[in-house]
Amino acid sequence: MSILEIHGLSKSYRQSSGELTLAVGNITCRVEAGEFVSFVGPSGCGKTTLLMSIAGLLAPTSGRVLVNDKEVTGPPPNLVLLFQEYNKSLFAWRTVLGNIQFGLEARAKRGADADRKAHSLIELVGLKGFETHYPWELSGGMQQRVAIARALAYEPEVLLMDEPFGSLDALTRLELEDALLTLWAELKTTILFITHDIEEAIYLSDRIWVLSRRPSQIIEEIRIRFPRPRDQVTTRAERGFMEIRNAIYGKIRN
Amino acid sequence: MIGLKRFNWQGWSTFGLLLLLWELGSRSAPKLQFYVPPISRVLSALGQLVVSGSLVQHLAVTLGRFLAGYLLAAALGVLLGLILGYFRGLHGLVAIVIELLRPMPSVAIIPVAVLMLGIGDSMIVAVTVYASVWPILVNTIDGVHHIEHVLIQTGRTFGLRRRKLLRRVIFPAASPYIVTGLRIGLSIALILVTTAEMIIGSKGLGFFIMDEERAMNSANMYAGILVVAALGYALNRVFLQLEGRMMKWRHGVAAGGAM
Amino acid sequence: MRGFNWRGIGFLIALLAGWELLAQVQLLNPLIVPPLSKILAIFTDLLISGQIPMQIALSMKRAAAGYALAAAVFVPLGIGMGLSQRMHRFLEVVVEMLRPVPPPVVIPLAMFFFGLEDRMKIFVIFFSCAWPILLNTLAGVRGLDRVLLQTARTFGLSRSKTIWQIVLPACAPQIATGLRVSLPITLILVVISEMVGSTDGIGYFILDSQRRFKVAQMYAGMFALALLGYLLNQLFNLTYRVMLSWHWGMMRQKDEG
Repeated sequence: MSILEIHGLSKSYRQSSGELTLAVGNITCRVEAGEFVSFVGPSGCGKTTLLMSIAGLLAPTSGRVLVNDKEVTGPPPNLVLLFQEYNKSLFAWRTVLGNIQFGLEARAKRGADADRKAHSLIELVGLKGFETHYPWELSGGMQQRVAIARALAYEPEVLLMDEPFGSLDALTRLELEDALLTLWAELKTTILFITHDIEEAIYLSDRIWVLSRRPSQIIEEIRIRFPRPRDQVTTRAERGFMEIRNAIYGKIRN
Repeated sequence: MIGLKRFNWQGWSTFGLLLLLWELGSRSAPKLQFYVPPISRVLSALGQLVVSGSLVQHLAVTLGRFLAGYLLAAALGVLLGLILGYFRGLHGLVAIVIELLRPMPSVAIIPVAVLMLGIGDSMIVAVTVYASVWPILVNTIDGVHHIEHVLIQTGRTFGLRRRKLLRRVIFPAASPYIVTGLRIGLSIALILVTTAEMIIGSKGLGFFIMDEERAMNSANMYAGILVVAALGYALNRVFLQLEGRMMKWRHGVAAGGAM
Repeated sequence: MRGFNWRGIGFLIALLAGWELLAQVQLLNPLIVPPLSKILAIFTDLLISGQIPMQIALSMKRAAAGYALAAAVFVPLGIGMGLSQRMHRFLEVVVEMLRPVPPPVVIPLAMFFFGLEDRMKIFVIFFSCAWPILLNTLAGVRGLDRVLLQTARTFGLSRSKTIWQIVLPACAPQIATGLRVSLPITLILVVISEMVGSTDGIGYFILDSQRRFKVAQMYAGMFALALLGYLLNQLFNLTYRVMLSWHWGMMRQKDEG
């Protein structure tokens, strides 16, 4: 049984003018537990809509999503979506610690144990010392870490990430990519990642699905076999890396 | 804007000068003293009233009615505002009724309230609640409408459903707007209580001032007005303190919401 | 708003119908809540006979005088305090001392001086509108981009020309906010002052009707008052839209954008 199954998912919107636009075409795929998979596609191809539909925040127009064999009709209890606008998704009225505790509270976890867990997560994402800071006091990269820590505090089986590193500078991005891989290896969560950065997708994933322009459909599935743990220097220098990258880019460009 | 924190010598001396003019002007024109008694007389009248306890009693009555009315209005307004703000269908249903009731000055409800509830405390508290609930309600609804979509979706992805969502995400997120509504409601509540006491009454600061006016005791009347002003000032300060403490997370956030 | 709010209208009609029904079958005490039909009938009578229009006219006369006076005094004062740091510091304490006084308690004071005449109400309204108008004007002037004022200096504009041609137009939206906020305050205070100390006017009319137990008449008066409030609001918005069309358009854009 795959942890996540998507069958013929499509989503259309009614514009304010009244006409119907198809944002997500026909998507069918399977994700196994513990995998790190990515969707790569051009901007505006409906990736966010796809992720929101999988997360149960939008009802699909047709097709269905199964998480642990149960059909998704609303936000599933063991799945969390990390939004693209992570800064707006943080709770401004809670401190860093408070935000992370929210993830625990959502699982009805309180008390000394929960506190310990929250503090260990803060260390894990490298934010030790910032517990009592408010989100507005942090940089973009740090806010993203808070969002990730909060999601992990929830201990989801499946983590959906919507272009989490897109608005960060290049160096921070590389740093967070590695941090994410470390967390993933340790917690063994299943991760579904969306990005428009092809190289990032290759670096991080076990499998990649290449999406077409709107309405998005899966053009190709690519299995990434580079050894883990991945390394920013050596993995990216592997001979196959650029080949895969060029292949994907070619598919998207056409 | 240099030195805003610097003590405002000019301001205070202007104020002091005016007070001095008042005192001296009043003393030197005996005919004027009836209408505008010297401050010293007002202050001594105030002292006497405080000592005799009567003014303190009136103050307690007014304060009690104010607190009852305002706190009830706050609870009602915020709760209803959150619900109407989040459930747009429900809001649409009552929107027209709200829009029709709003333009009517709340004080016009006093005669109706007297009819229904007599002239006691419950009437005064009721009209206070009615009047104060509007700004709180409207601002709360506004606050909920201004919440970033992402915040609500975040709450939902963490498995929060309606009641928990309202309590743990929507309410805090709307709190800046709610606070604005509560601040406006504060002054309205005080206005309504004192007004009702002036029109109908046998106790309270509003009644006291009217009574002294009728009895032509100008010094006492001024003293009463002073106390009401002081009450208003004190309530405002308390509110600002509480707001400062609860809203310190807003420090760096631009007015009106998300970062 | 997309689509007409049918459900809202429907709810309103249901409420009104319910009122009428409950009052007719006497589930609502008709001495306290008479049937809607009766209220409307009396309202129409009073409207046609001229009673209500007359009372409203009396109230409006006072309201307009107080409002206009407040605007005439406190807009210039606000501009003065905004432009002159010195003037601001001199008057600041006095303003802050007078601000916390809830407007209604000024009524007995005014009654002391002016009795029950119109001047009493005009003074009360004048005092009540002072702070919203003053503070908003002040905020508007202080929020002015200093570049605007410097531009005026470069062009060698005199002080009065600067105020008329640059400060006033630029601050107009904020001043208008102060004026708009003062509208309901004016209406409220005119009603209060008439209830507390008057022998005519719409506020007095409502209270007097209650005292004489002419309950339906009382509700008719309240209805007239609500209507008045609504019309004044619309009038203000219309004037605002016409005079400040450039700002209105900009604000619309901000809302929709």
